[in-house]
Amino acid sequence: MSEAISEAGAFRQIGTRPIRPDGLDKVTGRANFGADFSLPGMLHGRFLRSPHAHARIRSIDITAALAVPGVKAIVTGKDFPDVAPGDIEGGEGGGDYHDMAVNVMARDKVLYHGHAVAAVAATSTRAAEEAVRLIEVEYEPLPVLLDIDSAMAPDAPLLHDHLYTEGLPEKPARPSNVAQVMESTRGDIEAGFAEADVIIERTYLTPTVHQGYIEPHACLARWGQDEQSTVWCSTQGSFDVRSMTARVLDMSISRLKVIPTEIGGGFGGKTTVYLEPVAILLSRKSGRPVKLVMTREEVFRASGPASASKIKLKIGAKKDGRLTAMSAWLAYEAGAFKGSPMVPGVMCVFAPYDVPAFKAVGYDVLVNKPKVAAYRAPGAPQALFATESAMDELARVLNMDPIELRLKNAVRDGSQASYGPKFNAIGMEACLQAAREHPNYKRPLGPNQGRGVAVGFWFNVGMQSSAEIHINEDGTATVIEGNPDIGGSRASMALMAAEELGIPYQDVRVLVADTEAAGFTNVTGGSRVTFATGMAVIEAARDIISQLKARAAALWNVDVEMVDWVDGKVVARPGVNVEADPLTLADIAGQAAKTGGPLLGRASLNARGAGPSFSVNLCDVEVDPDTGKVDVISYTAIQDAGKAIHPSYVEGQMQGGAVQGIGWALNEEYIFSAEGIMENAGFLDYRIPVASDLPMIDTQIIEIANPGHPYGVRGVGETPIVAPLAAVANAVNAATGLQMTELPMSPPRILAALEAAKG
Amino acid sequence: MARVFLPQQLHRLTGGAAQLDVVVDDYRGLMADLDRRFPGFRHAIEQDFALVIDGDIINDPLLEAIPADSEIHFLHRLGGG
Repeated sequence: MSEAISEAGAFRQIGTRPIRPDGLDKVTGRANFGADFSLPGMLHGRFLRSPHAHARIRSIDITAALAVPGVKAIVTGKDFPDVAPGDIEGGEGGGDYHDMAVNVMARDKVLYHGHAVAAVAATSTRAAEEAVRLIEVEYEPLPVLLDIDSAMAPDAPLLHDHLYTEGLPEKPARPSNVAQVMESTRGDIEAGFAEADVIIERTYLTPTVHQGYIEPHACLARWGQDEQSTVWCSTQGSFDVRSMTARVLDMSISRLKVIPTEIGGGFGGKTTVYLEPVAILLSRKSGRPVKLVMTREEVFRASGPASASKIKLKIGAKKDGRLTAMSAWLAYEAGAFKGSPMVPGVMCVFAPYDVPAFKAVGYDVLVNKPKVAAYRAPGAPQALFATESAMDELARVLNMDPIELRLKNAVRDGSQASYGPKFNAIGMEACLQAAREHPNYKRPLGPNQGRGVAVGFWFNVGMQSSAEIHINEDGTATVIEGNPDIGGSRASMALMAAEELGIPYQDVRVLVADTEAAGFTNVTGGSRVTFATGMAVIEAARDIISQLKARAAALWNVDVEMVDWVDGKVVARPGVNVEADPLTLADIAGQAAKTGGPLLGRASLNARGAGPSFSVNLCDVEVDPDTGKVDVISYTAIQDAGKAIHPSYVEGQMQGGAVQGIGWALNEEYIFSAEGIMENAGFLDYRIPVASDLPMIDTQIIEIANPGHPYGVRGVGETPIVAPLAAVANAVNAATGLQMTELPMSPPRILAALEAAKG
Repeated sequence: MARVFLPQQLHRLTGGAAQLDVVVDDYRGLMADLDRRFPGFRHAIEQDFALVIDGDIINDPLLEAIPADSEIHFLHRLGGG
């Protein structure tokens, strides 16, 4: 369990570990997820998806499908309005509204296997499936591009005829599959490498992987004859679903209410829309509510995975381990439409280190795969896999302890981040020191065992949040906010409200409200909810407190400047002549009707002050030399969380990120046929780690208070997935004596490398 | 005077200039100054970049004061997963 090194302030309830408010519903099955909702007269929807990874659609004939008994509506690309291009706010280089609309339903071309071509709503799933089978589509197959090298080749066939590379000094003469180029440099890179005593230069590859959320995408939509639509869906951002769906259907957002259901995981993958516009259109055509639920196979084939990447990395260092220069060439697959997380990859590839000269050049590359979506710290796991693998190799070449090498080059307070501003109050050094002293770093290793170390980093963001607090007449409270609760945020909101208001945690209920009941709130993502929405909750509570002081002052017939809020009570300031006991929230709430009416606090903000987060992971593995199978025998995640509001859920984030990263490193990958068909679109063949594969993930929370938050909070949800890829890879390389650079390090790949090493 | 670091992606607009010192009161003044020196700069910034004042990232700047002696950067807007 964690051991906190606290520089944050003293609290009464913050930092305790109460049971989460939604826990009972979730463990008993009472919680309602996306597919759990039904309405009278509801129709069931099914998709026709492309059998080709790249093809022109010549014609679609729905005549026979419409004749199937029970079929009430069919939509194709022709039923959707044209959507003008425009950047999607809040994404990761995020993409474009026109592309999103075409991704929801193909128009003149299909761009990946599984691309939606038509959708049917019928009175039964059987009728919908029969109708899908009878839709006749004539395709003209086109060449398929499935990897970065093929897509970047000068004579490569094009996915889009009008896509020109952005980020070049001049608009290029010809279209390309490279959507964007970005360069970031500092110092004299050539002199830096010339000065180096040792140079490490490798190419690192990571595969297409999926977030692996257990709940597939699901929604229920009801279009009303008054043209008001309601959508129930599993999403990380109900306001984002509202704006994206409205844009795709060219409707006013005032015509659409989005009700977020409980969510069974998202990890970035539920920050866009696939089903909702289609369900509304089917509902409008049929006049009945329509439910759409993806199968697991559809989740793999048609929702957004994380980018595959190719990164050429070079680092130079003096014999004493001091870095002199670093360079990186980073290409990220975007899938069928522009918008890979190349930009944050370029920004963070050198972020952990203070290096005098660097150059990073990134490429956003289109291929015939599903459009990628965010996945925890988008772009960072791939980038830091390369950097931290190279740092580990450098430590071996220099015969240095890998933590000492990192400490020698670590960014500290005042260091100029490779992506621009100076760091302030960061925990990189503290995490490294904690790792060096951790017992798991000193544990002896046995035969065929190896240890890996790696650093993780993520920027963290603020963005917009709203919160209301309603005080009940008995002094208990209801918090209303708009972030779907994925990682225990109801508990952290309740803790912060309780801390401010001086009431027990159990007296605060938290409601995740819909788009007509909550104030505008950005997505649950970017590690922002406890930071930014928590900041709104604190401000809303402080709004309540100012009202409590005013009402107590009125009751005591003194000026409001003569009272204070101390330890959860309104008290008269010293010297003020009031013959009354201090008043609690309950005391004042009980007299609310007589002192001005209900007590309601609220806050809306665009949060500033997000603090970046660093982590260090330690991994021990044992490799079976006969089979290539890797067993993780010990795993330790150390991370700066700022102040941990609810330590158990911080640890849960760290453990979850570690497990996902271990899967990415060892087993997970999309396997495509030459035609671009994913051949392992199910959890039997796409191997995510399960509990029996893993040891207990040990955690240690470091608490370096973020000065940008009233409680010192910094985001914790994304950094945990960054370090594991290299930590595991470095452990495998240490155990085998190999220098593997391609993920996943699956048994066949390890066995082949061992055989090759034998000669 | 505030020191402004110009994003490398916009050096095509700045003629290669990487940093400069400005005397402005606020973000709107900063944009007016930079757009006057480098036509098109404001449009490019407002499309894709967040403002950073002494390490504090502001995703949607408009009304922010620019303190004297502050360090100003522009970063690509980030979201996350």
